[in-house]
Amino acid sequence: MADRSVQGAGIQIKNLYKIFGQKPANYVDAVKKGMTKTELNEKYNHVLGLRDINIDMPAGCIQVVMGLSGSGKSTLIRHINRLIDPTAGEVIIDKSDVCKMNQNDLREFRRHKTAMVFQKFALLPHRTVLDNTVYGLEIQGLSRAKQEEQARRWIERVGLKGFEDNYPNQLSGGMQQRVGLARALTNDAPILLMDEAFSALDPLIRMDMQSVLLDLQKEIKKTVVFITHDLDEALRLGDRIAILRDGEVVQQGTGQDIVLKPADEYISSFVKEVNRGRVIMVDTISTKGDGAGNAGGVTVKTGTILEEAAKTMTDANQQHATVVDESGKPLGVISMNNLIQAMVTPISHLTHQAAE
Amino acid sequence: MDWFYSFPKMNDETLRNLKKAMDEGFKAFTRSYGDVIESFFQPLQYFLIQAEKFMTSTPWPIMVLLIAGIAWIASRNWKIVAGTVITLLLIGYFDMWSDAMKTIAMIFVGTVVSIVVGIPIGIVMARSDTFQRVVNPILDVMQTMPSFVYLIPVVMLLGIGKVPGLIAVVIYAIPPMIRLTNLGIRLVDKDVLEAADAFGSSSWQRLKNVQIPLALPTIMAGINQTIMMALAMVVIASMIGVQGLGQPVLRSVNGQFFSLGLFNGLAIVGIAIIFDRVSQAYGMRLQKHQEVVHG
Repeated sequence: MADRSVQGAGIQIKNLYKIFGQKPANYVDAVKKGMTKTELNEKYNHVLGLRDINIDMPAGCIQVVMGLSGSGKSTLIRHINRLIDPTAGEVIIDKSDVCKMNQNDLREFRRHKTAMVFQKFALLPHRTVLDNTVYGLEIQGLSRAKQEEQARRWIERVGLKGFEDNYPNQLSGGMQQRVGLARALTNDAPILLMDEAFSALDPLIRMDMQSVLLDLQKEIKKTVVFITHDLDEALRLGDRIAILRDGEVVQQGTGQDIVLKPADEYISSFVKEVNRGRVIMVDTISTKGDGAGNAGGVTVKTGTILEEAAKTMTDANQQHATVVDESGKPLGVISMNNLIQAMVTPISHLTHQAAE
Repeated sequence: MDWFYSFPKMNDETLRNLKKAMDEGFKAFTRSYGDVIESFFQPLQYFLIQAEKFMTSTPWPIMVLLIAGIAWIASRNWKIVAGTVITLLLIGYFDMWSDAMKTIAMIFVGTVVSIVVGIPIGIVMARSDTFQRVVNPILDVMQTMPSFVYLIPVVMLLGIGKVPGLIAVVIYAIPPMIRLTNLGIRLVDKDVLEAADAFGSSSWQRLKNVQIPLALPTIMAGINQTIMMALAMVVIASMIGVQGLGQPVLRSVNGQFFSLGLFNGLAIVGIAIIFDRVSQAYGMRLQKHQEVVHG
C-alpha cells in the first residue's frame, strides 16, 4: 500500500529454457545449438517446454501470452513466480533474478510481489468468500482487522458484496472467479498473474470479466500477465501480446501489429477470424491532409478503433472524419470507404503476406 | 526321491536351538529393559486409570446426560441422541453399566492415542515416498498378524493389565488412522495446493490451511474406523486382563453361558453403533460447506 503511486513492476524474461525430464541440464546446450523438440523427445525422451523465451514486460501494462494447448504458455507464467524451475535463463523483476532466489526469498517474493488467478479458480472449498479473499494477507501475517478491511473492499469492487459468507460451491463459475480475482487483488502485489483465468467461463460471463479487469486496470495499473488461448480475448485485453507455439515465441507486439502484420502463416490463420474493426485503430488508415473541406466537422481521437469511428460517422451521417490528437490538433482524414475496406478481412491476406 | 515327497526341512536340532536362542534373547531383553519400558508407559497408565475412574465413579444419570450432550454437540441430530440414551439405559438395566463404562474408557484412551500417534505418522508418510515405502509393509503386518501373537511379547514385557491391553488395542486400531491420513493428504487437489504456494505459503501454512482441512473427511473416516477396530479388540484384550465388556464374553465362551455372551456382545454392538453414528455425523457436519451446492 505504501507504493500506491508506483504500481506494477517490469518483468524481463531472458533466454529462458525449460526441458522436462530426468536430466534436463544435460540437453540445454544441444537445444541451444538447435536440436528440435521432436529429436529431443524421440532420442532422449525429454520434453522441450520452452525454448529461448525473451519477453520484456513493461510495468503497468497488460501483457498477454497467447498460444494453443501445449504451446507452453502455462509453463511460462509459472516461471514468473517460479512454481516451475527453469532449466536455463533469467526472470528479472525489480533487478533481482527470481530463478536465483533461495526458498525464503522466493516465499517473500511470492507473498509481496505477485498474486495469481487460476483457470480452475483453486479456491479453498472449506472457506467462505471472505476467508478465501484474505488468504494472501493471512499468509503474510497481517492482523485480521487489516485483512478484512482490504478483502471487503475488493469483494465489493469485483461485485460480490453480500456474498462474503457464502462458500465457493454456492457460487456460479463466474462468481467463483471473481473471488479468485478479489483474492489476488487483496494481496496488493505489483504483479498479477492470470493463468487462463477466464477460459473456464461461458462467453458472456467471460466478456463481463474482461470488462471488470479492464476497468480495474485503469485504477490499479499493475503489471498483468494474462495467459489465454483465445485471440479475441488477447486482442481485447493485451497492451502487448506474445504468441507462443511449441514453446517458442513466434511473434510479439501490439494487437494491431499482429493483426496487420502476422509473422507467419500460423498466426495469419488465427488472425483471419478476428473482428478487425475492434483491433485496428484509425491512425493506421488515416491519410495526410487536414480534410477540412469534406470532414464535415466530425472528429475522432487518435487511437480510436475502427468500429467506434464507424459508429461516430454513421451517427453523424458523414462519409469522412478528421483524426485529432489529445489536444484536438488534426492529424489526418479517414473516409468511410477506407474504413470499411480495412474492417473487411482482405481475401488476399494470406497470399499477400506470403509474398512479402 | 524322499526329498520330493516330504519338504526338506531344517535340522530339528538347529530349529530348536534357534527358537530357544530367540526366546532366551527376548527374555534377557525383558529382564534388563522391562522396567524402563514400563516406566515409559507410566503416563499412559495414569491417563487410562483416570479415564476409567471418571467413567465408573460418576453417577450414572450424569454420565448418561454427559454422553447424550456430547452426542448432541457432535451430531445436532435428535434421533442420534435418543438412540444413544436408549442404548445406554438398556445397557444399565441389563446390569452391564460398569463394564460398559470401563470399555468406553478403554476405547476413548485407545482412540486418542491412535489419533495422536497416527496423524503425524500419516502426515510424514504423505510427504515422503520413502517413508511410505517403509511404513506400508509394517502396517500390513500390524493388520494381518493374529493379535494373539503380538500379545505374547507385550505381556512378557509389561505383564498382564490395562497398559498391555491398550497397546494391543492401539496396534490393531492405528493402521486405518495412518493410512487414511496419508491418503487424504495425497488426494488434496493439486490446483489448490499450487494456489497456496503461489501466495507464498510456508509448508506449515500449507499443511494447516490446505492439506489438513481438505483431507479432513478422509481423516474423519480414519478416526471412525479406528474406533470400530478398537471396539473389535475389546474381547481379545480381555484375555490379558483388560476389564470391561470383553471379560463376561470371555467367561461365557469358557463356561458356555449363551445369554451372558449375547447380552455383553449386544452391548458392545450398541456402543459401536453410538460411536459410529456420532463420529460420522460430526464428520458430516464439518463438511457443511460441501452440502450447499450452487444450483
